[in-house]
Amino acid sequence: MADKIVPVAEKRLVDVKLGELGSWLGTRDFTPNGILASIRKGHDRYYNKYINVRKGGIGGVAMLLAGYVALSYVWEFEHLKHDRWRKYH
Amino acid sequence: MMLNFFDQFMSPVLLGIPLIALALLLPWILFPNPAARWINNRLITLQGWSISQATHQLFTPLNQGGHKWATLLISLMIFLISLNLLGLLPYTFTPTTQLSLNMAFAVPLWLATVIVGLRNQPTIALGHLLPEGTPLPLIPVLIIIETISLFIRPLALGVRLTANLTAGHLLIQLIATAVFVLLPLMPTVAILTASVLFLLTLLEVAVAMIQAYVFILLLSLYLQENV
Repeated sequence: MADKIVPVAEKRLVDVKLGELGSWLGTRDFTPNGILASIRKGHDRYYNKYINVRKGGIGGVAMLLAGYVALSYVWEFEHLKHDRWRKYH
Repeated sequence: MMLNFFDQFMSPVLLGIPLIALALLLPWILFPNPAARWINNRLITLQGWSISQATHQLFTPLNQGGHKWATLLISLMIFLISLNLLGLLPYTFTPTTQLSLNMAFAVPLWLATVIVGLRNQPTIALGHLLPEGTPLPLIPVLIIIETISLFIRPLALGVRLTANLTAGHLLIQLIATAVFVLLPLMPTVAILTASVLFLLTLLEVAVAMIQAYVFILLLSLYLQENV
């Protein structure tokens, strides 16, 4: 059975085809309120899936911290790249 | 080429945003609010239990007036503990290594305890400047000494936190560099040094938590004298 035809604007990012990416981005709300709303929604999705569960474990927080370490590495890369072949640290 | 060891304490900037901004926001995300439920999930329950244990332990010695400060001091303690512990992760930035931040916490809070004491019970607050039972000829000298020690308290609070964390991070970096350099040359010595590094990391975790606790404990003591 064929899938229902859904307008591009209402699709979630995982369903958008590569060719439609440009038009999908055009329909997104990039105002400060919109960005705050998307951050809040992303946070709620992560929180409700991994942390706000009856018997949560270390995994939810550990993923968050690993992401923080990765983000710090990216943030400091300009600084760290000098360490590679430095003779005296 | 300048020495690199102190560069870890400079806040790097990406797209104009310093990393310290992200590092200061992260503790807010890590401690979620309890939901309006009768029984929360396991993590929130654990968080609430440990916070109430800490509050009980810190605030039992204080009288009713001091309990008004509980929210402020406990939230500050959670903030400092999380900042210190997050700084031990690789590549992260520790805001509490900056003296400016620690003085910004220490001076206003210390000043608030002094002013509260002077407003509500000025005689008792000034009386703290002279310990009981001092011999008569020593009184003038002791008042000067006690005043100096009173004014040095915010400086000590801020510098204690900064120095402990900065020294810990520097030691970790130095010993880790030593292990890296020694590994191709003398593997046995490198393994010994690596075990020192492991023990040092455990110490740093402890220091991170203890320093935050000491900060708050001292503030609560200063509050106890004055409230």
